[in-house]
Amino acid sequence: MTPELSIIVVEPDRDRALQIVDSLRDAGFESIQAIAESSSLARQIATFSPDVVLIDMANPSRDMLEEMALASGPLERPVAMFVDRSDDQLTQAAIEAGVSAYVVDGLRPERVKPIIDAAVARFRMIQRMRTELAETKRALEERKVIDRAKGLIMKARGIGEDEAYALLRKAAMDQGKRLAEVAGALVASAGLLS
Amino acid sequence: MTPDALRIGFMPLVDAAPLVVAAEMGFAEEEGLYLVLDASPSWSALRDKLCFGHLEAAHMLSPVPVAGALGLGGGGAILHALSVLSVNGNVIGVSPEIAAEMRDAGHDFGFKDARAAGEALIAVKRELRIGVPFPFSMHAELVYYWLSALGLPAPQSLIVRTVPPPQMAEAMAAGEIDAFCVGEPWGSRSVENGVGELLVPGSAIWSFSPEKVLAVRSDWADDKRDVSQRLIRAVWRASRWLSHPDSIAVATEMMSKEYYLGLAPELLERALEGRFVINGRGETRVVRDFVEFHESAAGFPWRSQAEWIGRQLATRTGLDREKSAEAAAATFRSDIYRAALKGVAYDLPLASSKVEGAIDAPIAVGSTGGRLILSRDRFFDGRIFEPSGG
Repeated sequence: MTPELSIIVVEPDRDRALQIVDSLRDAGFESIQAIAESSSLARQIATFSPDVVLIDMANPSRDMLEEMALASGPLERPVAMFVDRSDDQLTQAAIEAGVSAYVVDGLRPERVKPIIDAAVARFRMIQRMRTELAETKRALEERKVIDRAKGLIMKARGIGEDEAYALLRKAAMDQGKRLAEVAGALVASAGLLS
Repeated sequence: MTPDALRIGFMPLVDAAPLVVAAEMGFAEEEGLYLVLDASPSWSALRDKLCFGHLEAAHMLSPVPVAGALGLGGGGAILHALSVLSVNGNVIGVSPEIAAEMRDAGHDFGFKDARAAGEALIAVKRELRIGVPFPFSMHAELVYYWLSALGLPAPQSLIVRTVPPPQMAEAMAAGEIDAFCVGEPWGSRSVENGVGELLVPGSAIWSFSPEKVLAVRSDWADDKRDVSQRLIRAVWRASRWLSHPDSIAVATEMMSKEYYLGLAPELLERALEGRFVINGRGETRVVRDFVEFHESAAGFPWRSQAEWIGRQLATRTGLDREKSAEAAAATFRSDIYRAALKGVAYDLPLASSKVEGAIDAPIAVGSTGGRLILSRDRFFDGRIFEPSGG
């Protein structure tokens, strides 16, 4: 039996790190470390000497890992990004899911594949949740702006809420813009009048 | 006709200006292009997205395409530079403690003389750890060139470490690095945060160094020759517009938007004009041509520039120097650039390579229009680089 691969997950968000670690455990991997801190990342990783490093593509600390590819010290192991084109589909899937993997030089792709597969599945879920969260936040923000715009119209014209909303919607339709956009413009420039 | 949409990646830095201007001021539109600009969290993410076809072009560190051609670092495709987006634009800073020691020893922080600054630095610190944004960057190349020319050997006495600029302050405060070389606004940021004092601009080391390039996949450059040329023209016109002093206020205003740089226009304006506050006591310095987008054929991707980078990288990593020089030179596409701008009222150099470091004062050179003036291009130690390719 081949010795088990050791994996490091770089993720500052504790909950997300746990989720990724859990899904790798479910996929049958045991030797997993999570690193949250970004300072001296390359050195921390060198201490653990892992076979595979997984990191979010959106993590600005990722550039620190690039220098590991050049590591030449006797105790350091060269690490390359998993982009050896042996499995283009896998790499594409990883990039789309927003995960990048650094793999010790010389490791056979088929040994790494299950790890990447598990990570990709988890990252996709995380990405979906992020998008949903951003959507919800945006919708909330927009509602607030529309409410404020409505309030401004009601006050300026002395009309009711429904009427104010109808006016706002008509303006949006006439200008071919989204309701939130028109409301935003009104709120942004209302300060000039008072 | 609907315009061709191109996804262009960039890092939120001052020298992304030509791309922002090309997209915002209608220069792309004039060429039938629609640019979708995409901010990247890191250079590696930017390179990977470009390599794997998630972007058509990117704002890129000039040594990245060269390193890829030499087989160094990650990357899944060969990248080529269609043009040089910016020349110069970096600053070197040291920790306030080192700065104080240098001052006590008599250094004047004149912000001009790289030799004096480097010797003063080595005199107080025999072993240096310097942070740069990426292993393959002009920042790293300038630091290696500068300090090894002054007798500080790497890696024995000089360790160059990758630290993302937003984390540079933290790394300085934690004592992980003694100095840094970064682009703006990050140098000025470190002064504002009290973790660094500025020592010299990168231009004091090499007065005409290609800093960022417009990178594309090599196969894309050849398959989409027409689009490549239109993109070069749009960016060239944007750079020309940027070179008018009147444009700076408008340019910084649009770059300050949240989805571009998200920084105060005043901060960006200071960088574009080369005005620096170098320490916590408010001392100021002005650097002429701190960053150049247009003059002196700044956009021309000289093969000799790529060859210089290739030889530096090969020497440091023990690769074959002649082969590396040749592979490097091929990544800067002066052929496509020249074809793109032919007849666009632009004085183009007749040669694709030049001797680097030989121009002391502005000089006229052979060009299509006969009026091209190249400005000062010197290494601080007076060395001259003769390229092997033509």
